[in-house]
Amino acid sequence: MTGPLMIEGARRIAILVVLGGLALVPAAAMAADAPFYVGLVSRIMVFSIAAVSVDLILGYGGLVSFGHAAYLGIGAYAVGILSYHGIDNGFVHFTVAVSAAAGVALVIGFVSLRTSGVYFIMITLAFGQMVYFLGVSLNQYGGDDGLNIARHSAFGTALDLDQPVVLYYFVLAWLLLFLWLGGRIVRSRFGVLLQGVRSNERRMIALGFPTFRYKLTAFVIAGAACGVAGALFANLTLFVSPSIMHWTRSGEILMMVILGGIGSLIGPVFGAAAYLILESVLSRLTEHWQAVLGPLLILVVLFSKSGLYGLLFQSPQMLWPRRSSKPAR
Amino acid sequence: MIHLVEQVLNGTQFGVMLFLMAAGLTLIFGIMNVINLAHGSLYMVGAYVAAASFAATGSFLLGLAAALAAAIVVGVAIEIVVFRTLYTRDHLDQVLATFGLILFFNEMVRILWGSTALYMRVPDFLNGRVELLPGSPYPTYRLAIIAVGLAVALLLYLLIARTRIGMLIRAGAANRVMLGALGVNVTVLYTLVFALGTALAALAGVMAGPIFTVESGMGENVLILAFVVIVIGGIGSIRGAFVAALIVGIVDAVGRAYLRPFLSVFLGNAAAANAGPALASMLIYILMAAVLFVKPQGLFPPRGR
Repeated sequence: MTGPLMIEGARRIAILVVLGGLALVPAAAMAADAPFYVGLVSRIMVFSIAAVSVDLILGYGGLVSFGHAAYLGIGAYAVGILSYHGIDNGFVHFTVAVSAAAGVALVIGFVSLRTSGVYFIMITLAFGQMVYFLGVSLNQYGGDDGLNIARHSAFGTALDLDQPVVLYYFVLAWLLLFLWLGGRIVRSRFGVLLQGVRSNERRMIALGFPTFRYKLTAFVIAGAACGVAGALFANLTLFVSPSIMHWTRSGEILMMVILGGIGSLIGPVFGAAAYLILESVLSRLTEHWQAVLGPLLILVVLFSKSGLYGLLFQSPQMLWPRRSSKPAR
Repeated sequence: MIHLVEQVLNGTQFGVMLFLMAAGLTLIFGIMNVINLAHGSLYMVGAYVAAASFAATGSFLLGLAAALAAAIVVGVAIEIVVFRTLYTRDHLDQVLATFGLILFFNEMVRILWGSTALYMRVPDFLNGRVELLPGSPYPTYRLAIIAVGLAVALLLYLLIARTRIGMLIRAGAANRVMLGALGVNVTVLYTLVFALGTALAALAGVMAGPIFTVESGMGENVLILAFVVIVIGGIGSIRGAFVAALIVGIVDAVGRAYLRPFLSVFLGNAAAANAGPALASMLIYILMAAVLFVKPQGLFPPRGR
């Protein structure tokens, strides 16, 4: 750890920029008479939560989970299915969303974490697709067409999520909670162990640490956080369909992490913003925006080492070193 | 009983197509240690070019040739432009860069052929039925797929086990650095292996054309199922891919046909109507989890790792 103080300084600046900017968005949007932006930035923050949760296991644990959209979907379907059965209570919605996502992450993680490297990528991708097909086959809840949600999660009159601005600050609060929590986890003994596993798992095992348990715990935490993002997403769109957990969504979330800066927690917030703004700008320019986005992403992967966060807030020598996940031969 | 035989044949037909995909993937991974999500795009390119040129010329074989040629050109192009930079990168970079390729190819076929699905008919000389068992005619085209798949599997085995290029491929999988030090042009070998994998994917795409719809993104489901096959079979093992592909194909087909009636015995018709399709669509993933639980390295684990 070279220059932890400088890293801390950069983090503080980054967090202040994010915080200040995000807190002002609704006021600015109202002043400019463009309420559209409140929705867009809410969406960005929801995906930021998902991307931060992936960064926790990817950037610190070295686990390339390519099935993270599944937990987003589980969180969203928890809200959708509960409302379908007439349960509007927000506390119930979020408790069920978190527990369901954590439970599924526990099962998927328990099987996938027995392997590593490229196996792990393929298996998490396959399990993500399994959850997607499960969503498609839920005929009672709309199947492929999805499910309309009649009302927002109800938290009483003090927190009326029907108001877009209230919902905005609600999402922001969750994002801040997860950034704070993520920072605490990363600096804790658990977080340091996790980073040890990323650098050299064999050595950690030799030192006597049961690495499987640590990885599984991190995997479940990330899944649960992503479940919250899903529940928020359902509140934002008042609609849930299997497309939310299509495997390309998992790819997008990973892309946000890389774009923003892997292993920095706050970086993925920039990444999510950059990705969704790019998507929104390109799709207004041309119908075939994905033909532009694809090569752009390839260029980012091939030539950018540390993402936007590294570009903005870190000096070159402190950039997160790219570790090869290939086995030494 | 006749129905069961039919489902097993359907599963075998799907299985050999999965094998063609999985063999290319596992070959490329085994030699270059690169994971290629865009493999499904090459399958899609094969299907599109075949459908378009079959419709234009009226000859299925011309369509097949055009598809293989076009896919190999595309495959070699992305190998040179993108993959050569990716070989030394970690798997995360490879996954994300090839994810970008998928977005690009999905959109390109929409630009070139429109966003509606293309229709590809069964070629006339295979458009019939064969009575395998008395009273159960089976489509000739699907039998032809099984035959072609098995023939390609045999050829692939002979290529890798009996020829000089196969020897180089095996040597490359064992130790690339040593192979290069012995004077073999590893760069060219990589391109050749990539082209071979591309041809297998395109062949699967062409054969899938008349059975599935030819549309943007058609390669992705097959790609992910091919991953399941590779994980079950053991990464880098072509034999494992063959066995696992047939298992996955047959389990999927039989599960979709029989799970619902099977469940209705225990759960009653209404519950089975809901749970049957849901469970059938998850069946092969559950199979994968079960195999991994017992053998984390797959059924035929690669040696020396």
